[in-house]
Amino acid sequence: MFENLSERLSGVFDRLSKQGALSDEDVKTALREVRVALLEADVSLPVARDFVKAVQDKATGQTVTRSVTPGQQVVKIVHDELVHVLAGEGEPGELKIDNAPAPILMVGLQGSGKTTTTGKLAKRLTEKNGKRVLMASLDIYRPAAMEQLRVLGQQIGVDTLPIVPGENAVQIAKRAKQQATLGGYDVYMLDTAGRLQIAQTLMQEIEDVRDAVNPRETLLVVDGLTGQVAVEVAEEFDGKIGISGVVLTRMDGDGRGGAALSMRAVTGKPIKFVGLGEKMDALETFEPDRIAGRILGMGDIVALVEKAQDTIEAEQAERMMKRFQKGRFNMNDLKMQLEQMIKMGGMEGVMGMMPGMGKMSKQMQGAGIDDTVLKQQIALIQSMTKMERANPQILQASRKKRIAKGAGLEVSDLNKLLKMQRQMADMMKKMGKMGKGGMLKQAMSGMFGKGGMPDVPAGMDPGQMDPKALEQAAKQLGSGKGGMPGLGGSSLPPGLSGFGKKK
Amino acid sequence: MAFFQKLKDRLLKSSSRLEEGLDAIVEEGGEEIREEAPETEPSETTAPDPAPEPVEDAAPDPEPVQKPAMPKPALDPAPEPRADKPGLLQRLAGRAGKPVVRRALDDDMLEQLEELLIASDMGVDTALRVTANIAEGRFGKQLSTQEIKRLLADEIARVMEPVARPLPIYPKTPQVVLVVGVNGSGKTTTIGKLASQFRAAGKSVVIAAGDTFRAAAVEQLQIWGDRAGVPVLTAPEGSDPASLAFDAMTKAQAEGADLLLIDTAGRLQNRADLMEELAKIVRVIRKKDPEAPHNTLLVLDATTGQNALSQVETFQKLANVSGLVMTKLDGTAKGGVLVALADRFGLPIHAIGVGEKIDDLAPFDPEEFAAALTGLET
Repeated sequence: MFENLSERLSGVFDRLSKQGALSDEDVKTALREVRVALLEADVSLPVARDFVKAVQDKATGQTVTRSVTPGQQVVKIVHDELVHVLAGEGEPGELKIDNAPAPILMVGLQGSGKTTTTGKLAKRLTEKNGKRVLMASLDIYRPAAMEQLRVLGQQIGVDTLPIVPGENAVQIAKRAKQQATLGGYDVYMLDTAGRLQIAQTLMQEIEDVRDAVNPRETLLVVDGLTGQVAVEVAEEFDGKIGISGVVLTRMDGDGRGGAALSMRAVTGKPIKFVGLGEKMDALETFEPDRIAGRILGMGDIVALVEKAQDTIEAEQAERMMKRFQKGRFNMNDLKMQLEQMIKMGGMEGVMGMMPGMGKMSKQMQGAGIDDTVLKQQIALIQSMTKMERANPQILQASRKKRIAKGAGLEVSDLNKLLKMQRQMADMMKKMGKMGKGGMLKQAMSGMFGKGGMPDVPAGMDPGQMDPKALEQAAKQLGSGKGGMPGLGGSSLPPGLSGFGKKK
Repeated sequence: MAFFQKLKDRLLKSSSRLEEGLDAIVEEGGEEIREEAPETEPSETTAPDPAPEPVEDAAPDPEPVQKPAMPKPALDPAPEPRADKPGLLQRLAGRAGKPVVRRALDDDMLEQLEELLIASDMGVDTALRVTANIAEGRFGKQLSTQEIKRLLADEIARVMEPVARPLPIYPKTPQVVLVVGVNGSGKTTTIGKLASQFRAAGKSVVIAAGDTFRAAAVEQLQIWGDRAGVPVLTAPEGSDPASLAFDAMTKAQAEGADLLLIDTAGRLQNRADLMEELAKIVRVIRKKDPEAPHNTLLVLDATTGQNALSQVETFQKLANVSGLVMTKLDGTAKGGVLVALADRFGLPIHAIGVGEKIDDLAPFDPEEFAAALTGLET
């Protein structure tokens, strides 16, 4: 299968960084690859073309500063342009719902996820913004569509307009407006039927609904996996109905989300939210920085840091850091790391967010490594006594047998765990020396601590990211895994530290 | 065959951009012909007579610059006319009978053709291959829009021919058909349509509403079942789809049904847990029939871009997909990704969805698809 966009771009810029300076030819070669990568990521052709042109205009004539490689320079320009295109005016995720009852109209193609998004958004408005929300389904065509919204409403505790069979969409919309006014609702959401942008009667119906209720927000719900047709869909819906924002769904898939770029470039309307799963709370505000970073192979580092902050207590991290600096890393530390990894969404979750690790995580999947390994390793550690955990070197054959039995595993599994702990301890020692404290501290606080947060965006700057260091980190991960496929869990923490090192 | 016409109309409409693009490309080159060698331009004269032929042979004098370019046409970056093939040019022009703008097939033009194919979601690799095949042996020739379309259509039809196969029907009953796909691709609707078609063909069909996750998915399928006149087995929301599949197998066997269609919840292919759930359904129905499911259909949305490749790859690997159904081809989505899929995986394409009505499911016809995709009028 294709490499994903970030892998592809990092490959391009890797090649570029091996050359000396940023010539016109360099830029051209790189941008040709960028264009192909964008197209493979389902960015629409005209959008990809314009984007590349904009980048080229900016890139040519730029002098290469000494401290960065040409590759980094191009990455920075591409990144800035991506953010520029993706970012809209105003806060993402903000909706104009001030004067109650504010109507929100949801439109889109069939199967783009309108009903689910309606439910998610209603839940968000209710819980985060403290609004009283009424949902109404105008989908009189698809079997059981109204029923679906009613059930969703029940699940999330949001009122839905009672279903009256035989009404047309405009009648339902008017009834929703009436009920919202009478019932003192802050917001009423109208979930429309899926329609093709070329179906004239259906588009007319939506125009009638729009004229009847004057929606404050008209959100176009688009499947994040959409291909080249994204441009036409956006143009038509925006032209006929006039949308105020876009919601991208299914961004939890492995699609590369080129539709995001197309949508922004074509409509100029902000992408307000992204849908990230089937659960009713899997809706997040759209963050151009994060998406641009992801596209550029810097991984979703912001997301990683945020997740880490949610799950890891600062104090704990501080304590760990001090220990690491001294080169101490025993079973208790290892257990803590393993548990944190599970909390942060398991191996796959963490790896997916790390730059350049996409391939690794695929390899690991291929090798059959998954989160059960982490759990088994935690079980092994839990089968040790306190003394054994603090001093793993005291383990001899009889202790090992007992521990393995206690965890329901083999002694060989335990040996792997021990080896991993030793390797990690070595790594920590090296890191402590190399970083003279400061660097490690910064990395750790950036990773785990809340105080380190201001440093992180600076660290995210593409100009400062060295692709070679990334590669090295990836290799470390690879070597950690080498020869002991059952021990995938071991690889990540050194990888995490390697990740800190490159700053 | 009203479906065909409908499909074709829609597909033709949808590919209008491709057509416009082609014309634009050809005209771009064609203009240069006019400027540089007006006497060789057939589009200016409505009925080209053989008279220009000798003139063209003597063409070097208005454009002497062309001469050095001739010995190495492949290296020539400008889309200039290759005046060294007057005979062909005249023959082709004479046959067309009306003003046709032509352009020499060169690197620049090939690149633009590639882009056009890419704009139909065909993907970079496949577009490259298709254009390369067209270019083979034709490099430097003067071609018109119609000829290019014909070439593209033939090439695409050639790729698609082996994969256009209807859903095979086995003598073994009940034949179990498992329908899988990502969320919102149109699985439930497709099952409704399939059930209706098989029912019309005199088969006894049972549907298992295996999407126990999404709200009201079961109700949706029940309505389709009513429309098609087919019994639908259901389970409460949130229950195990595998156990429902098992019950459905039992029932289908007991009733001697010919076909059992099993719906599943939509799942993104990168969700390992949900793919495992799918594997469990397969394991459980194999307890009843070790050969089941006899067919596993992957339902793809035509608006999906290159992710369709990842979907097919993963579902094929983990769910043993035996055939494809592409839905929503009634929109402006061109479904060009099917060419990439045929090229890469060679999985049979059983049917295409062209609307929301119960009879909007048509067999896949490679020639019509290719003609529609390229805007070729037959």
